Amino acid sequence: MASCSIEDVLAKAERDEAEKLKGITVNKELDLEFDPGNLLAFDKNRIDTREFKDNKREDFIRSLARDNTQLLINEMWKLPTERVEEIIVAKLPDPSTPLPREKPAPKPKPPTKWEQFAKLKGIQKKKKTNLVWDEVHKEWRRRWGYKRAKDDTKEWLIEVPENADPSEHQFAKRNKAKKERVAKNEYNRLKNIARAQKIKVPGMGLAPTPRQPKAELAQAVNVAKISTASVGKFQDNLPKEKTPKNTGKKRKFQPLIGDFSSEKQKQLDLLKVMDSKKPRLDITKAVNKQMREEDRESAQKSKKGFGKKGRRGNMSGKGKGKAGGKGKAPKGKGRKPHMKQGKR
Amino acid sequence: SKLLKGIVKAKTRRSKRFLQSREPKLTEGQKSSMIIRGGNSSETVSQALKDVYALKKPNAVLYKRKNMVRPFDDSTALEFFSKKSDCSLFLFGSHNKKRPNNLIFGRMFDFHVLDMFELGIERFVSLRDVKTDTCPEGTKPLLVFAGELFETDREHQRLRNLLTDFFCGPRVSAVRLAGLEHVLHFTALEGKIYMRSYKVLLKKSGCRTPRIQLQDMGPSFDFVMRRNHMASDDLYKTAHRQPRGVKPKKKKNISHDAFGTRLGRLHMQKQDLDKLQTRKMKGLRKRRGEQTAETAAAAAKAPRTDE
Repeated sequence: MASCSIEDVLAKAERDEAEKLKGITVNKELDLEFDPGNLLAFDKNRIDTREFKDNKREDFIRSLARDNTQLLINEMWKLPTERVEEIIVAKLPDPSTPLPREKPAPKPKPPTKWEQFAKLKGIQKKKKTNLVWDEVHKEWRRRWGYKRAKDDTKEWLIEVPENADPSEHQFAKRNKAKKERVAKNEYNRLKNIARAQKIKVPGMGLAPTPRQPKAELAQAVNVAKISTASVGKFQDNLPKEKTPKNTGKKRKFQPLIGDFSSEKQKQLDLLKVMDSKKPRLDITKAVNKQMREEDRESAQKSKKGFGKKGRRGNMSGKGKGKAGGKGKAPKGKGRKPHMKQGKR
Repeated sequence: SKLLKGIVKAKTRRSKRFLQSREPKLTEGQKSSMIIRGGNSSETVSQALKDVYALKKPNAVLYKRKNMVRPFDDSTALEFFSKKSDCSLFLFGSHNKKRPNNLIFGRMFDFHVLDMFELGIERFVSLRDVKTDTCPEGTKPLLVFAGELFETDREHQRLRNLLTDFFCGPRVSAVRLAGLEHVLHFTALEGKIYMRSYKVLLKKSGCRTPRIQLQDMGPSFDFVMRRNHMASDDLYKTAHRQPRGVKPKKKKNISHDAFGTRLGRLHMQKQDLDKLQTRKMKGLRKRRGEQTAETAAAAAKAPRTDE
C-alpha cells in the first residue's frame, strides 16, 4: 500500500515537472550546436521542402525560428549568473567559432639601444612627478616641454665664464647647443626605428619614397651635389640648371659693432627710402608670386583628389586671391578657369 | 607606408590616440563595417543598405553617394576605402540588368580582401514597412543558422562564418539576460538564404527559463547565392593566427573535483621512510643498561618537563 502511494507520488511529481517544462521543451531530431560566447546556435536538421511553400513560408520560418531561439535561450539560462548592480547578468564563455582577425598580430618591438643597456645594467624605470618646483619663477612647472622649469635657453642674463671668448654670443651658443641636442635625439630615434625594421637609414632627402614631391627631389639633388671632397666646387651644372643663389640661409645679419661708416650710410639710405614717394613693393612680382602659389596648391589638391575618387567631391579652388597692394587689377598671367566639380 | 610609421610623429595627443587606435592590437575590439552604394542602385538596394546600417550602428559607416566600383574585377578601391576608414567588413550594394539588387558581403584582412559573397535580393521587407517597435541600437543579436547546407557545403560554411562575423557585434564577457531581445535567423535551402529578424519576447513559463515568443521586426531578406570569392586556405589560416600573449597559460597540477574544491599535485622525490626525521625527543632515545619500563616512564615524564 505504502509502496503504491510512493510510486503515485513520484509519478505525480514527474508529471508536474513535465507540465512545468512543457512551455520550454522543443523536440528536435538532432541537437543544436551552441556557441554561447557568440550567442550563436546552429540547427543541422533537415528542412522539409513541402512545408516551405509560398503561402505558408513565413509561418513556417517563424515557428522554426521560435523553436531554435527557445533552445538557444534554454542554453543561455544554464550559464552561471551573477548580480552586477541589481541586474542579473550571465557570464559568457569564450566564443568557440573561430573568426579571422582584422589585422595581423603585432610583432613585439625589438628593444631600443637604451632599453638594451638598461636591461644589461639592471636599471629600472623610475616614476617621475609631472610638475617640478621652479625656484626662479616660484611656481610649479612642467618637467619638460613648453614653459618648463629649468629652461636655460630662456634666461635673460648669462654670466660670461672667465675662459670664454668675450665676443662669443652666449645666448646663441645655448640655442645652438639645444638644436644640436634635438637633432641628435631625432637621429637616434630614427636609428632605433631603422634597427627595428632592419632598414638602413640614409642621409637627408635620399630615402626613396614612392611619390617624392618636387621640393624634396630638388633638395636631394643639391645635397648630392655638395657631397664631394671639395664641397661641390667643381661640379658642373646641367644645361638648364641654375646654381642656387643662397645656400638655405634666409637672413644674414651684420655684426653688432662693425664698420661705423657703412652703418651710418645704411641708416641714411633707409631714411631716404622712407621719405620717397615711389612704392617699394613691385606689384607685378607680388601678384605673380601669389598666383603661382595658388596654382601649386590647386594642383596638389587635384592630385590628392584623384586618389580619393568616389569620396568627397568639392574641388572648387580657394577664394580668389587678393589683388596687389593697392587694389589694382592683376596683370600678367591669365588665370585658369575654376576647377570643375569632380566625381562625387 | 611602413617606412613612414614612426618617422612622422603625431603632433598632438589626440592624433596620437587616433593613430594608436588604428594600430594592430593583441586582442581586437569590434570590427567596423562600411556600407557602400555602388553605381546605379535601385530603390530596394538603397533601402536595404540603410536598414543594415541601422542594424550595425554605431560601428558602421554608410557611403551614400555612388561609387563606380566593381569589387570582383578590381578590389583596390575597396581596399583604399577600408584603409582610410579603418573598416574590415564591407557591404556593397549595386543594381544592373544582369545582376539586379545585388549585395556583396565581404571582409578584409590587413586591408586586403579576404572573402566576398555576392547575394541577390529576391524579396525584401524593410524596417519601415514593419510597424513594430525595434530594439535599442547596439544590442547584441542572437544568431541562429538553420539548414544542413550550412554544415555540408563548403561555400555555405564560409558564408556562415562571414555572416557571424558581420552581425555578431562586440565581444562581451557577460550579458544581461533580459536584454537578449534581438534574434537574426538564417535559413539555407536550395541555394537560397532566408534572413529574418525578430524581436524576442520572454514570457512566463512554469520554471526559471522563460518561454519565447517572436515578433516580426524588419528587415527580412530572401537572398539567392551568386558569385563568391573565398580566400585561399593558407591566407585563411594566416588570418586566424593569434599572437602568443592571448592564449591563457594553463596552470599545471591544479584541478577541481566534483564538489568544487581546488586540488593540487606535488611531485616529490622518493623518501626513505626509515630515515624520516620526526621531532627529536631525547627521551625516546634508548639509554644503555636501563630497563624498558623505566625508560617508558621516564619518556612519559620527560616530554612534559621539556614542554
